[in-house]
Amino acid sequence: MTAFLPLALLTLPLVAALISFAMPEARAVWRDASNILFALVKLALVGFLLLQAQGGVDFEWRYEFLPGHDFVLRVDAIALLFVTLSTFLWLIATIYAIAYFERGPNLARFFGFFNLCVLSATGVAISGTAITFFLFYELLTLATWPLVVHKGDEKSLTAGRVYLTYTLAGSAAFLAGILWLKALVGPLEFAAPPDLSPVPTLTLILIFVLLIGGLGVKAALLPFHGWLPQAMAAPAPVSALLHAVAVVKAGAYGILRVVHDIYGAGTVADLGLGLPLAFLASATILYGSLRAVMQNDIKKRLAYSTVSQVSYIVLGASLAGPIAAVGALVHLVHQGIMKITLFMCAGALANRLHIKAVTELDGAGRLMPVTMASFTIGALGMIGVPPVAGFISKWYLGSGGLEAGDAWVIAVLAGSSLLNSAYFLPLLYRAWLLPPQGDHAPVAELTGGWNRMLVLPAAVTALASLGAGLFASFPFSPLEWVSLIVDAGYLR
Amino acid sequence: MSPLDLLVVAPLVFMVLSLLAGGWQRSLLALAIATMAALSVWLMTLDPGTAHVVGGWELPLGVLLRADGLAQMLVPAVTLTAGLTGLYALHQFAPESHASNAQTAAFWPLYYLMWSAANAAFLTTDLFNLYVTLEMASIAAVAMAAMGSVRAALRYLLIALLGSIFYLLGVALILSRYGTVDVTLLAGMAEADFATALALALMTGGLLVKAALFPLHGWLPPAHAAAPAPASALLSGLVVKIGFVITVRLWFEGLAAAATPAGLHVLGGIGALAILFGSLQAIRQESLKALVAYSTVAQIGYLFLAFPLIAGAGHAWAGLSFHAVAHMIAKAAMFLAAGLMLKAAAGPRIADLAGLARAMPLTVTAFGLAAVSLMGLPPSGGFSAKFLLVDAALRQGQAIHAAVMLIGGLLAAVYLFRPLAVAFSGSETPAVPAKAPSMVAAPLALALAALLLGFAGGPLAELATGGAPATVAQEPPPSLENTVKTASEDAQ
Repeated sequence: MTAFLPLALLTLPLVAALISFAMPEARAVWRDASNILFALVKLALVGFLLLQAQGGVDFEWRYEFLPGHDFVLRVDAIALLFVTLSTFLWLIATIYAIAYFERGPNLARFFGFFNLCVLSATGVAISGTAITFFLFYELLTLATWPLVVHKGDEKSLTAGRVYLTYTLAGSAAFLAGILWLKALVGPLEFAAPPDLSPVPTLTLILIFVLLIGGLGVKAALLPFHGWLPQAMAAPAPVSALLHAVAVVKAGAYGILRVVHDIYGAGTVADLGLGLPLAFLASATILYGSLRAVMQNDIKKRLAYSTVSQVSYIVLGASLAGPIAAVGALVHLVHQGIMKITLFMCAGALANRLHIKAVTELDGAGRLMPVTMASFTIGALGMIGVPPVAGFISKWYLGSGGLEAGDAWVIAVLAGSSLLNSAYFLPLLYRAWLLPPQGDHAPVAELTGGWNRMLVLPAAVTALASLGAGLFASFPFSPLEWVSLIVDAGYLR
Repeated sequence: MSPLDLLVVAPLVFMVLSLLAGGWQRSLLALAIATMAALSVWLMTLDPGTAHVVGGWELPLGVLLRADGLAQMLVPAVTLTAGLTGLYALHQFAPESHASNAQTAAFWPLYYLMWSAANAAFLTTDLFNLYVTLEMASIAAVAMAAMGSVRAALRYLLIALLGSIFYLLGVALILSRYGTVDVTLLAGMAEADFATALALALMTGGLLVKAALFPLHGWLPPAHAAAPAPASALLSGLVVKIGFVITVRLWFEGLAAAATPAGLHVLGGIGALAILFGSLQAIRQESLKALVAYSTVAQIGYLFLAFPLIAGAGHAWAGLSFHAVAHMIAKAAMFLAAGLMLKAAAGPRIADLAGLARAMPLTVTAFGLAAVSLMGLPPSGGFSAKFLLVDAALRQGQAIHAAVMLIGGLLAAVYLFRPLAVAFSGSETPAVPAKAPSMVAAPLALALAALLLGFAGGPLAELATGGAPATVAQEPPPSLENTVKTASEDAQ
């Protein structure tokens, strides 16, 4: 019975997707209700699995989907970290999306693909083999494309085309990499890493480049980041999901899996691949931040900020040593809740006040105080101000760098924090300290169902990012959970 | 009686009945679908290799019908494809429809003739009997193509006749050299002498014309693009597979002795060129049906690219069978969906499809799902096929083959996402004429079948390899030890 629990994690969003596709627009209320219901049920299921996993129980479901190739779903502590994040944010983002669109056209399609996206993200998290991972990774591409082109205007279609060009090419490289490696060493199970010793060094390096290159596209690693700022043409709830859990995280999570569960951090270091990857990640961190400073469009600025922030995870993965690994994993969660806060706030500002550019932000704090307060917490977290969650990530990444003997990491982190301040503080300054420009009346954020559903999700995730920092040493906090993962030796 | 006879004879009976049926075509089709579906299920339950001599004449005089794995997969796929295409065609070629009476009267006998020819071609092992099926299929195909463009049909006829002559020459050579034309008998007798090689070359040349392998594909795009949608579905789905299957019977069973590795590699190389050329041509097309037709040219390439991989490690044989089935079903779905979309659109060009995703979501879904399978993205039968082939290529160190297949998938994404993006574009919902439910359901059911094939990979691969010829690699399940050993040998 329990072997089917991993399947249930996938079935819930699948059923929600089918209901969304099938429900006529006239019954939108039922669609909304069933979406929220399924998200809640899944959250409960994840809660149960968390309790089980804390006791060291792993769930596995296995099926030979093609001769010699197993489809393996495996719920262990590290998968649960990602599943918990995606399930929690699924609920939040669903509520937000319902309020964001209210009753518009084509929403059946939107929520259908939205749920398929969540299904794929969950699948990515609980994949037990590299090939299973690939299946969901590719499904994610397909499920996201209709969301990116949702508006149907020229800009969205271009964004969709660019998105596909990058991601499909990346997936092809990734597939070539895993099949090549599998041909040499047999099945690539994350729980039972392959023995790479018989493979020539050069081949291993080439395959590593294919794998990381393929995953780096979704993780927006330099020079494959170009699609991400363009994908901003999508509606705000999509951006929120894309940047927090779905697409970029799938790439970053995949890089973690490749480095730790396929190659092993030791082998990566021995092959001399860790340092180049760390340099690439650092370059991406600084480049993304620099570009973010130059953007006037708020969503674009946030997008470049994502380019930068996701590479923290890659940086943590590439530095040998458990502390850096803790930093990488915990940032996977922290970046998710902070970035979704920022995007949901940006969407709310655009939706209610038609504020899209940084220069239009003057006085927004007076017009939408709750939203801007949430935004402020998220922004401070991104900069790394204690006690918001981002500080914990940076602390562990910095310590991890020192532990690995790479003190230059501190300089990268400091430089990035400086740049983060440079692109976030002016926003906060304008919003709180300058008077409003037009004659907008303050938005009644907490009256009316739609307004509340639009504003409160961001407030919840803002509080969550505050809580994740403040209560970092409490059981079931992201940091504690990650430490448990690392102590239990899930990462090599 | 055996299902093997009935599968060939029953459609011929229906052909005769359809001439007499008048207004009863609908009932006749229902009867035909029920009969053929039952026979197909019966066929699948037979032990692989079950053979039956027609009319009690023993070999070498008689004609042998045999159910090997390839036939056990292809014949049910024909039933599915032809049956659903027939349901669609009922509305296009109904007595009360807009099509001219002559077309209505001609379509149904041709349809059943083609059905019989396809079944006979997949079940027969007699080279002369196979010639008869080729001619039956060609007559039906040319006549159907003539419903769209007489010019394209005449060209098709001339080239098909040329192909037949080459094939027949080869059969005559074989008959005079060995005194039999039965593939199963030839498998034990054939020698690698000049006459045999010449016969193989002649027959292959003729068959490649029929299978429309680049550069002998010239007749296909105009004929397939001009024909009515249900005819195109049958032409692209069924007819080209006949030439392909006979080629397989020759190269891997009957005349395997004369099939040199060099010859296999030449065919594989031509297949690779077909993939690239067909895809690039498809990208250049402005008309939707021409795009889909060129996609067939590309997809045929995969079938031949697999030839040099069959005897080596991996599961190329299963991949090959999978690809034949998946392409048959997905391409039929795509042609039928395209037919509906073009009826609703302002013109035949891709640019005329704007907004159709909102106006006819189910049909665009069918097109999209078929596209997923043709691109070889998961989950779909097309993915399983391409995955097994790429895996086999990499295990045999054929990196170029693997690269061509992956690039072919990307090119397919380029040309197939283009009409999809246009269908998603704009914000208006064009008014489209109402469609009979079965006309909408047929492409959707086919596309879903192509999708579901991806979930039945294990059992279907087993079915495909049942009764596979001796030249196909029969390997034990790969174990870690074996593969690591080969890898270390490679390394030395």
